[in-house]
Amino acid sequence: MANKSDYILQTRQLSKHFGGVKAISNVDFNLLHGELRCLIGPNGAGKSTFFKMLSAQHAPTSGEIFFKGHNTTKAGIHKVSRLGIGIKNQVPDVFDGLDVKENIWLAARFCNTAEKALHIVDDIISRLSLELIAHKLVGELAHGERQWVEFGMVSALDPQLLLLDEPTAGMTVDETAKTAELILELNKTISIIVVEHDMQFIRKIANIVTVFHQGKILMEDTMENIQQNELVRNIYLGKS
Amino acid sequence: MNPKNWFEESHSEMPKPWWWVFIGFLILGGLILPMFTEIDVHLDMSIIFIFALLSLSMGFLWGYGGMLSFGQTIFFGLGGYTYAIWSLNFNETTFGLILAVFVPLLVSCALGYFMIYGRISNIYFTVTTLVTTIVLEKAVRATSDERFVIGSVRLKGQNGISSVPDLQIPWNPDETLFLTGVYYVTFVALFLTYIALRMLLITHFGRVLVSIRENENRTELLGYDARRYKLGAFVISGGIAGLAGALYGIWGNFVAPEMMNLNSAANIVMYVIVGGKSTLIGPIFGTAVVQRVTTELGMAGVGQVTLYLGLMLIIFVMVFPRGILPTLGTLTFITFDKIRNYYKNNFDKGDKDGQ
Repeated sequence: MANKSDYILQTRQLSKHFGGVKAISNVDFNLLHGELRCLIGPNGAGKSTFFKMLSAQHAPTSGEIFFKGHNTTKAGIHKVSRLGIGIKNQVPDVFDGLDVKENIWLAARFCNTAEKALHIVDDIISRLSLELIAHKLVGELAHGERQWVEFGMVSALDPQLLLLDEPTAGMTVDETAKTAELILELNKTISIIVVEHDMQFIRKIANIVTVFHQGKILMEDTMENIQQNELVRNIYLGKS
Repeated sequence: MNPKNWFEESHSEMPKPWWWVFIGFLILGGLILPMFTEIDVHLDMSIIFIFALLSLSMGFLWGYGGMLSFGQTIFFGLGGYTYAIWSLNFNETTFGLILAVFVPLLVSCALGYFMIYGRISNIYFTVTTLVTTIVLEKAVRATSDERFVIGSVRLKGQNGISSVPDLQIPWNPDETLFLTGVYYVTFVALFLTYIALRMLLITHFGRVLVSIRENENRTELLGYDARRYKLGAFVISGGIAGLAGALYGIWGNFVAPEMMNLNSAANIVMYVIVGGKSTLIGPIFGTAVVQRVTTELGMAGVGQVTLYLGLMLIIFVMVFPRGILPTLGTLTFITFDKIRNYYKNNFDKGDKDGQ
């Protein structure tokens, strides 16, 4: 049993109800420092709602969230971000009317001097190979490219916990492989939670996988065990 | 950057050299204009500059901050009344002018705090500002009674305060600015404000403000407290509107509740829509155009001027929703682009034929 201080993130009895719909009910979730965790589950299982509560975009109906020992249940969005949680939302959440460089600059400039911010922007643009589209408006880009831009923005924030909601949606096979590499690279220094549907992608990066179903945690295990589990198979094939 | 439009170049970069040349010419033109024209032109131009300053304050807030304030006339009226009351009481105008900016700054800070930190949505923000200006107008209208005196100045309700003093020259209070002098003051105030706002957009503050317009949620997710930036923009535009109000009082030696009524508030929105809110020069241009049209219609004796203006507004919203300047900018850009491509294609063909 790990100590409380070993966890970077904990939720206790976390619930979110939309009217009568229980999107998330009584979730106890623990994440260790430096862990890379994948969340899977069918559509409507509550994965994105869970992420939105962790990043304070939704206020929980009940329950508590602890990040690095701070109770962030009622904190504002910007406060949670300042504590070190960065999120890439499911639908790319970017500044459509601004160019790629400006998007990343706004993130980099938040806690850096003007000079250092420019340096970080150049670094991220070359690391994600965005040079050719650096001066294009983000609104004019393809879905996959917008994903990269948001990924770049979030990594410019230098968070301690990174939440990635379907990071490979709309990406080609090569791009997906590159994303996996980037995530593993980032995981050397920070904790990451990834929501994904692409099982091959998960197998490539995941250690422990958490399965969500109908707003609850169904099971938590390695990918091999989960793939052999009858219950999980039934959920994905719609038999439950 | 992707320059689809010459008037909407990237706000976050230092303006290009041609912009400075363009602005230089405008300023030069504005400064030498009085030498070649009669007094009545100065008078007409001054009032255009004053309302342009007011619509600039609103265009900045709407176009770059994404906040549609229907009530810039709150601060316009406050500025005018502050200047009138101070300068009539103390027979001193320099500090009155400063106070006419300062009081609206304070009021916009208080009003903005409740609206923005209360996190009301954009539509309620618009409605609240609109209602505030109407309430303020009614309140001032109800001050006809002799009891309503500030210092030695009676507010006089709907009659307004007349004989508002001319602006004194700070280092020589016995001399006051008149007509052409007022022209220069309003002109300089407008262009300094314009350039200052343009420079503000390059700063970190300005760029974050634009990002809030684009996507407030994402700005907050990056760690910025969006409310602080929105309040900052609201206060800045309140101060500018206050300055415009004081200049209006100086221009006509008169302030009245009409400065804050629904009609004035709607006019400003119209100036900004016609000129184009995605630029800072747009609202200035829109004010000049609509004021000119209003005057021409009045002189032509068409009767219901407001009706024609309403028609004009509908046409603009439906046909040129981005306003005159951005539409013109895109059209000229496309035209030049076509001409350039035409020559390039012909040149390339000739090259191949040669081989």
